[in-house]
Amino acid sequence: MWEYTQKVKDFFLHPRNVGEIENPDAVGEVGSITCGDALKLTLKIDKDTNRIIDAKFQTFGCASAIASSSALTELVKGKTLDDALKLTNKDIADFLGGLPEAKMHCSVMGKEALEAAIAGYKGEAKPPESGERIVCKCFEVTEDKIRKVIIENHLTTVDEVTNYTKAGGGCGACIPDLEAILRDIWSVKPVAERPKEPKKLTNLQKIALIQDVLEKEIRPRLQADGGDLELLDVEGHKVIVALRAMCVACPMGGVTIKGIEEKLRELVSGDIVVEER
Amino acid sequence: MNTIYLDNNATTAVAPAVLEEMLPYLKDLYGNPSSMHTFGGQLGSTIREARAKVAALLGAEPEEIIFTSCGTESDNTAIMSALEIYPHKRHVITTRVEHPAVYSFCKHLARKGYRVTYIPVDSKGRLNMDAFYKALDDDTAIVSVMYANNETGVIFPVEEIGTVLRERDILFHTDAVQAVGKIPLDTRTLPIDMLSLSGHKLHAPKGIGVLYVRKGTRFYPYIIGGHQEHGRRAGTENIASIIALGKACELAAENLETEGTYLSRLRDKLEAALLRRSPDARINGDTEHRLPNTTNISFEYVEGEAILLRLDEYGICASSGSACTSGSLEPSHVLRAMGVPFTAMHGSIRFSLSRYNTEEEIDKVIETLPPIIKELRMLSPYGRCT
Ligand code: FES
Repeated sequence: MWEYTQKVKDFFLHPRNVGEIENPDAVGEVGSITCGDALKLTLKIDKDTNRIIDAKFQTFGCASAIASSSALTELVKGKTLDDALKLTNKDIADFLGGLPEAKMHCSVMGKEALEAAIAGYKGEAKPPESGERIVCKCFEVTEDKIRKVIIENHLTTVDEVTNYTKAGGGCGACIPDLEAILRDIWSVKPVAERPKEPKKLTNLQKIALIQDVLEKEIRPRLQADGGDLELLDVEGHKVIVALRAMCVACPMGGVTIKGIEEKLRELVSGDIVVEER
Repeated sequence: MNTIYLDNNATTAVAPAVLEEMLPYLKDLYGNPSSMHTFGGQLGSTIREARAKVAALLGAEPEEIIFTSCGTESDNTAIMSALEIYPHKRHVITTRVEHPAVYSFCKHLARKGYRVTYIPVDSKGRLNMDAFYKALDDDTAIVSVMYANNETGVIFPVEEIGTVLRERDILFHTDAVQAVGKIPLDTRTLPIDMLSLSGHKLHAPKGIGVLYVRKGTRFYPYIIGGHQEHGRRAGTENIASIIALGKACELAAENLETEGTYLSRLRDKLEAALLRRSPDARINGDTEHRLPNTTNISFEYVEGEAILLRLDEYGICASSGSACTSGSLEPSHVLRAMGVPFTAMHGSIRFSLSRYNTEEEIDKVIETLPPIIKELRMLSPYGRCT
């Protein structure tokens, strides 16, 4: 099955530790059916040694969600609570021989459930839901969670954040917020591999350059075909032109506009849009 | 393990007779029909024959058939043509459940400054006709509504839409990729201006499509270059695939009636048995107006990818509207437009049959799937009691 490792496949087809422990000492529930995956983790804990003696899971979700949950139970069994808390989502993914990037959020879900269960057991009151800022409404992802996952996994792009938390994968409305959070976290060292914006032209410089390109590069070619073009206006990144003579009737009209746009993007600025009037 | 292929709305097997018919054109007869020499030029007449066969399936004239590279190209071409012809009209109407070939293209148009209206559907996937009538205005350049939906199989009231548009003199395009070859469709009686079809959905190979353009409809090409297809679609003809599509259309026309009956019988059997054997399952879409080969079933409290991958272990191929199968995180825009509840949205499975499916295969699925659902529900925190 596509990009899954043998081990993911095995843990999906033959999941270990399925079910619910009766009278569990700790319960961690995360996700919801709306979001497409949810996990309920139950633990049996030895009070004297603080060791996890049994772990079971129930998961609603795709193959890697099921495999990750099962892997989590295997990983925590026999561990002390302190050691268990040291597990990262990466440990879960590694245990399975890796997960496809787009499925990393499955391992994050496992880690979250574990934390929730242990916090509950220790009686650490979870910060009240209302106080948390939900950044991504589509998947109900809080700012806290996003920040944590970004730092733990050294994420630098919005795509990565989406793969790990789902935030940004729905309507996309929260993407500017995600960018802001990324910028904020990595502001000390600039976000990796983002090419420097070319030097900004002033409006006057830009218009002059556009005129120049049209005069030297575009008009001669149009004129050769019996057409011509006039620059009407420049509004921000919008360049408004009128096609004259042959061009109006010529079936290449649409293509010509595209061609002009491409040339201007190449020679003036990448965001130019050419419109015909 | 034998593959049980029930994903024919995604793509179909090339019919053996189709393959046989096209092979010579990949081997010895590789000429270019535009050439002056006999070796190439003689191929013109074989293209003519293929064109006539495609036309026959649609009740069309051969000159109304333009060969393209795929359904998507046909769809894009149809819409762009209307916008080129009516440059002053800036409004496009489509539906919320279109295939991406139209849906994403319209999103693209919206970014370019066009106004796009997406007609909503009800919970059974039926078009909201009131919304359609309200959306029409003098600025509307074209309406593009699919003939039948690829995910649910629901068939749209193309005739009614076309009749209205004719009165108002608005161009009408239908993406009939899922309908052609599955249900009878006659352009002589249907008020359609343009129609798209795709070869690989009806047992021809991938990489060949058709745009039907009614005689007298103004048309503007999308791919510009040579004189092929009477200047309406440039690019050297994909001869082997054109021949293949001709043969596939001929086969489809021959079998249309019997095949429809056969497929709907198998489909209904599968559907009924699965619903009977799995509690909390429901059909998505209007069963009254539906393609004979398609069923879309939601199994509540389980997730689609998990179901598909368990089925995969038995060699059974289906597809899902679940987000996890599509590489995106949000479930199918079609099911969302229908307002399918979230509990059921993630666990939707589409089975789409073809003439090559047998009763034994259907029985195998009926036997295999319910225990899978049961097991996955035992794994799920929501489905303990079933
Ligand atoms: S709010 Fe985050 S994707 Fe919609």
